[in-house]
Amino acid sequence: MSDLTRFTAAEIAAALADGSVTSVEVTRRHLDRIAAVEGDVRAFLHVDRHGALATAADVDRRRAAGEPLPELAGVPVAVKDVLTTVDLPTTCGSKMLEGWISPYDATVVSKLKAAGMPILGKTNMDEFAMGSSTEHSAYGPTRNPWDTTRIPGGSGGGSAAAVAAFEAPLAVGTDTGGSIRQPGAVTGTVGVKPTYGGVSRYGLVAMASSLDQAGPVARTVLDAALLHEVMGGHDPRDSTSLDMPVPPVVEAARRGDVSGLRIGVISELGGEGFQPGVRRCFEEGLEMLARAGAEIVEVSCPSFVHGIAAYYLVMPSEVSSNLAKFDAMRYGLRVAPEGVDDPSAEQVMAASRDAGFGDEVKRRIILGTYALSSGYYDAYYGSAQKVRTLIARDFEAAFEQVDVLASPTSPTVAWSLGEKLDDPLSMYAQDVATIPANLAGVPGISVPVGLSEGLPVGFQFLAPAMADDRLYNAGAALERLVTERDGRPFAAQAPELEVTR
Amino acid sequence: MSTPTLVKFEDALTRYQPVMGLEVHVELNTATKMFCGCPTTFGAEPNTQVCPVCLGLPGALPVVNAKAIESAIRIGLALNCQIAEWCRFARKNYFYPDMPKNFQTSQYDEPIAFDGYVDVEVEGETYRIEIERAHMEEDTGKSLHVGGSTGRIHGADYSLLDYNRAGIPLIEIVTKTIEVPGDKAPAVARAYVNHLRDLMVALGVSDARMDQGSLRADVNLSLKPIGATEFGTRSETKNVNSFRSVERAVRYEISRHAGILDAGGTVVQETRHFHESDGTTSAGRPKSDADDYRYFPEPDLAPVAPDPAWVEELRATLPEPPAERRKRLQTEWGFNDLDMRDIVGAGALDLVAETVEAGATPAAAKKWWLGELARTANDQGADVAALTNTPAQGAQVHRLSDAGRTNDKLARQGD
Repeated sequence: MSDLTRFTAAEIAAALADGSVTSVEVTRRHLDRIAAVEGDVRAFLHVDRHGALATAADVDRRRAAGEPLPELAGVPVAVKDVLTTVDLPTTCGSKMLEGWISPYDATVVSKLKAAGMPILGKTNMDEFAMGSSTEHSAYGPTRNPWDTTRIPGGSGGGSAAAVAAFEAPLAVGTDTGGSIRQPGAVTGTVGVKPTYGGVSRYGLVAMASSLDQAGPVARTVLDAALLHEVMGGHDPRDSTSLDMPVPPVVEAARRGDVSGLRIGVISELGGEGFQPGVRRCFEEGLEMLARAGAEIVEVSCPSFVHGIAAYYLVMPSEVSSNLAKFDAMRYGLRVAPEGVDDPSAEQVMAASRDAGFGDEVKRRIILGTYALSSGYYDAYYGSAQKVRTLIARDFEAAFEQVDVLASPTSPTVAWSLGEKLDDPLSMYAQDVATIPANLAGVPGISVPVGLSEGLPVGFQFLAPAMADDRLYNAGAALERLVTERDGRPFAAQAPELEVTR
Repeated sequence: MSTPTLVKFEDALTRYQPVMGLEVHVELNTATKMFCGCPTTFGAEPNTQVCPVCLGLPGALPVVNAKAIESAIRIGLALNCQIAEWCRFARKNYFYPDMPKNFQTSQYDEPIAFDGYVDVEVEGETYRIEIERAHMEEDTGKSLHVGGSTGRIHGADYSLLDYNRAGIPLIEIVTKTIEVPGDKAPAVARAYVNHLRDLMVALGVSDARMDQGSLRADVNLSLKPIGATEFGTRSETKNVNSFRSVERAVRYEISRHAGILDAGGTVVQETRHFHESDGTTSAGRPKSDADDYRYFPEPDLAPVAPDPAWVEELRATLPEPPAERRKRLQTEWGFNDLDMRDIVGAGALDLVAETVEAGATPAAAKKWWLGELARTANDQGADVAALTNTPAQGAQVHRLSDAGRTNDKLARQGD
């Protein structure tokens, strides 16, 4: 038997269905792989060997009994540590929630469980999903499996690295400004931010409520679609959840046909600030798509240049309010202020928040508190909301001309650990191509398109709201073209990690 | 703290015109909370009616209680308000241990109901109270500060928190400024709060019990020299737990403000606590217009856009307006204006009506409720409605008296 960790989720599902492997075997192989490479990768904050194997055994038993099972039943998955789970801690990469165990499962987690998917563990992330490198995790950075001296992107670097390192065939991420797609780009994995409201946010510990969206991380477009289908759908517990069926993403991923598809290249994204190697890979992707029958046109989205500025007002404003609940009164870290006898509740709150939050979180709370302050609200939060409307209009106008939009996912390949840690603005600039989709609520996908300096480059497609299937169709087509060009799946090009066991 | 110099109420009115604003919080009697499915039963064991949503646990999200929206709209309509075609919730951000999320989900510049009025009667005169807005919000938890002398957080040894109340739906009803002849101001304030209570009970949307906190009034008051156009600095008196206290708080604050102004001082803009025991107020926390709650639209909730047809359906469910009902009952009972004024003034209209319905004659019912019971209530500083006697008991006693088996005096001793 070939290495089960190299199987795609679709291949594992097929092997489980025809009885050639059991979920226990598959799950155990992935747990072994985690044990072997985690020393280098550090993708996980918590691994649940016992729970994952118990689910796997249960699925095997049900399958043996002839019970009809969901397609991904028995296929293991990793979950970003920002989604609540009753059987594992949920820390959000923060000291504030060290050891905290939620009394309820996030809706997405419930759906994974209902689908019979063994949960391997919870993946590392920038603290409360704030960052583009996973270096802001209070529990130390995750490393990029392609080069362990480099960052795996962020905030969902743990989920992307786990999938890229063959520790998990699938993972769940969350994307507020690019936290699924940018890690996908720099780790050579597929990452999708669904339409806002397409996947329930109930149990997703909020960073910025109007921007957060959970989505799939995988090594192939079809795998992402299979997971998307499990995660998606209306949730009455989330008032912003759309009461619509999940778009036909799996069918679209199986189709992968771009003939006649109109692809708009966003002229504002891909020029200044984008590395030449990234641009070269992106253009090569466009040429392959054109040869496959797509119609490539240039489209201008003039408001996108204000996207980062607007995002860094809306997001921190919501952060400042969403993170107020972490006050040491009911759960989480509680620190007594030093040198104070008989401290007041307010002093305990202040001391705990000071000790529990990292610098980046504090920076955003302060930014957001300022932006919402009376006298500044209109100039900052108010203006940012207007920019948001303009960006949404740019998308509407663009989608009147084309079926999907395209850009490089991230301006650069993975940078070295520590390189941008003291330069928040340079870190923020990494989100330039991914942010517009969050501000407008439209879906986006990042698909590996090539290598620059031996490191993966991501190609981003964007589609109108609730047309997530277009992403999967275009993404699958590009994926096939890349595989044909390279003669092997993209993920197979990753250098072997040293196995420490 | 120094004792304030008080000016005699009547003297104060020779120089100053009081300007009032009343904020009344009404706790809705929905079976479940504003944003989750937890029950709202009063008096349950602490922290037994809670869930991830109303405890503000990480990841939990609110879902609006449709029944609360319905009640809010019916209240708005009964207050002759416009109903917003589209409105949003907003977050009011501040830190306090009894507020699980450290923001209160409320409404800010887009209330569900606005621009209304109610007419209240005092001594036969009708006063129109203009309503600025009625908006929806969630209640906070309750803090019990143990130790210390004041029962407040400062000086307490420790505090206990009960989140059963957190997330119970509230409607806050805010008046525009009320300027009535100064000598009538305390009675008008009381009549207004009383009127709101009657309205809430008639609508069936709230228990509206001041003693249990399901109807709470904050009294804003300022004075301006007679003839002046500019408003003075206001105080905001909280913790006013009965109709009688509303009246007393207004009287006291008029006397207190006048004392400060007469001495050439400045009134401090602050919240004040009312003390039932002696009818005084004491300073709470300073409050300024610059209090910055960093309101912004609640991103976790969809806007509320009530269908106009539904609003009209709800309008059709409104009960008879209290003033019309009073006129109708007066005719039915054959009472003169003075009789009715006594009953309404004592807040005993519903009790008399129900007692009549239970079989008593109007005259006996009136006599029963306005007699020694009202005096007892006054002694205890409580409202007649808050006493434990029920109209059915009243009617029962009345029938027994009629049958000669007991008399009023004995019946009272038996209470």
